[in-house]
Amino acid sequence: MLLCNTPAHSRGICAGMPVAAARALLQDLIVYPRDYAAEHKALQSLAAWAYQFSSQVSLYPPFALLLEVRGSLTLFGGYAALFQRIHDGLEALGYASRMADAPTPLAAYSLACCNHEQQVTGKSRLPAVLGPLPLSVLDWDQTLLDRLHGMGVRRLADLLRLPRDGLARRLGADSLLYLDRLLGRCADPQTLYQPPRRFRHRLQLPAEVEQAGALLFALQRLVLELCGWLQGQGAAIQELDIRLWHREQKQTRLKIGVHRKSRDAQQFIALLRERLERLQLAQAVIEVELRADHLLALDAQSLDMFGEKREQGQIDLLDRLRARLGDAAVRGLSTVAEHRPEYAWSYSEPGDSQQLAHDRQRPLWLLPVPRQLKTQDNWPCLQGRLELRHSRERIESGWWDEQDIARDYFVARNPSGSCYWIYRELTGDRRWFLQGIFE
Amino acid sequence: MNLDPILQRADVWRGNRFPARVEAVSSGFGELDEHLPGGGWPRGALSEILMAQHGIGALRLLTPALARLSQDDKRWICWVAPPYIPYAPALVDAGIDLSRVLLVHPRAQQDGLWAVEQSLRSGTCSAVLAWPTIDDSTAMRRLQLAAEAGSALGFLFRPRRLAQRPSPAALRVQLEPEPGNGLSVTILKRRGGWACGPPIHLDVPVQQHGRAMALHSYSATAPGNFQSQWQ
Repeated sequence: MLLCNTPAHSRGICAGMPVAAARALLQDLIVYPRDYAAEHKALQSLAAWAYQFSSQVSLYPPFALLLEVRGSLTLFGGYAALFQRIHDGLEALGYASRMADAPTPLAAYSLACCNHEQQVTGKSRLPAVLGPLPLSVLDWDQTLLDRLHGMGVRRLADLLRLPRDGLARRLGADSLLYLDRLLGRCADPQTLYQPPRRFRHRLQLPAEVEQAGALLFALQRLVLELCGWLQGQGAAIQELDIRLWHREQKQTRLKIGVHRKSRDAQQFIALLRERLERLQLAQAVIEVELRADHLLALDAQSLDMFGEKREQGQIDLLDRLRARLGDAAVRGLSTVAEHRPEYAWSYSEPGDSQQLAHDRQRPLWLLPVPRQLKTQDNWPCLQGRLELRHSRERIESGWWDEQDIARDYFVARNPSGSCYWIYRELTGDRRWFLQGIFE
Repeated sequence: MNLDPILQRADVWRGNRFPARVEAVSSGFGELDEHLPGGGWPRGALSEILMAQHGIGALRLLTPALARLSQDDKRWICWVAPPYIPYAPALVDAGIDLSRVLLVHPRAQQDGLWAVEQSLRSGTCSAVLAWPTIDDSTAMRRLQLAAEAGSALGFLFRPRRLAQRPSPAALRVQLEPEPGNGLSVTILKRRGGWACGPPIHLDVPVQQHGRAMALHSYSATAPGNFQSQWQ
């Protein structure tokens, strides 16, 4: 047994126990085989996420990440603040973490392994701090560790007390180099992690999900990873590209757009919640995926604009409305240079309007389609006989696209006092139509 | 006996005055403004406009204020589920900056109320126009609170038959057509003032010549006097 959850632990199961012994204690114990590939993938996505805190990140498999943070301390407001942020971030992603800060990578790793979450600032203090740690923190061969144990060496302090040339003979040059690197006596260059140029993370769900709302938890994790990665890239996006994977490689795609480019995880999560609330799943989902292929530069100037003026997590009204009602339900208005009244306007992207002044009488309401009016003695009626109030306006246009019109327009008022914009065709049956309302 | 010291007291309220701080936006109709607390349509509140039919000038009653908001306030003017298409050329003629106009067309009634509430609350709308037909006082109260939170002017156009129903709106006016270009406005309720009896007669011509009219009516109240002469 490598790890167990709290209920299992309370029944006497603990790490290091053989599986058979554990099963004997708890018959309905569920045992999962360790999945190294998945662990490595998780470590890689965490490295991508951690890139926001340091541009020098290295993987230390199977479960550690090394971050060079000297250069980041000022930016993040000091050691304690940075650690808190990393800790909270990992927790939000669903990971338990231990951290330690030391002048050498191996010392930090060893301290973190032993749960010594402390900060060691100078190399000279390393022997004293590391001394009490058990030998098992060394990433060494088990037979070598056993041999040392047989020699009565229990703690690092015991090991460091031994004469150097004797150590070299007994342990070999590699182990001596390891100790030198641990204590900072010689350099320990790391292979730096290179974050991918695009973001594509997939997460397997622990169980099939049939209610869209239940996807929020998993997707939230991916969004947090994405936003951490975007931070590291100094980039932002305008659209979340989400794929919900069903059985047999079928997928449902979800796109959630934002009006202004962003990398604010809280904003995306709120929009996601809105969208998921209204989503009906046709099939159960087994995996979720989040992609970001098109990155947009987020320069210092736009950061000011976003970071200062807008609070974290605050959502543009437009994005919120669109997430719930769909893009087509939220629009702007524009005028169009066109004589035919029904073509003299169009929907537009909100905020992006052409505005042509007009000096003729035009109603504030337009009917989607002109409605033919009833007539009485050849006179138009709408809840009573209409009284034509202003001189007519003749509009003839559009012969070039076969949608030509020839009409005489009038302002008309019915007996109960409503004002309408009506026209009479100049051709054919010379019918009367209602096209607008003077509201 | 000298009444002045008593009248100066904070806990003495004089019935013939509107409360000191009603933030309002001039309607552009001087005669109407005189009867509205704060001298115009209340900001951060719902105004209910009750009418029996379309085509009598309910929107023309609002366009001067909307024109001004679109130019000075710069936030959205949000129309949620309008009954017809707001005709862009007429809006431009009325002086409304189209780039501030946001149209929302929800499919369901419930989504409509949700959209109105979100728009009012967001703080990014100067005015929100809606045509709710339901009679739900809880929903109305939510909208009133949302308008307060977002400091928006909420205009609800509702059927006249709801005039007898209680409403949390800060202002309720009932409109009736009059001969010619006339519109009679009866104030049924105004927060911080008595309901006033006689209808106000306004002229809301079909041909508005918005910009010219807007300039004219706004010059009547000096810029600094935008909120109210009663402040």
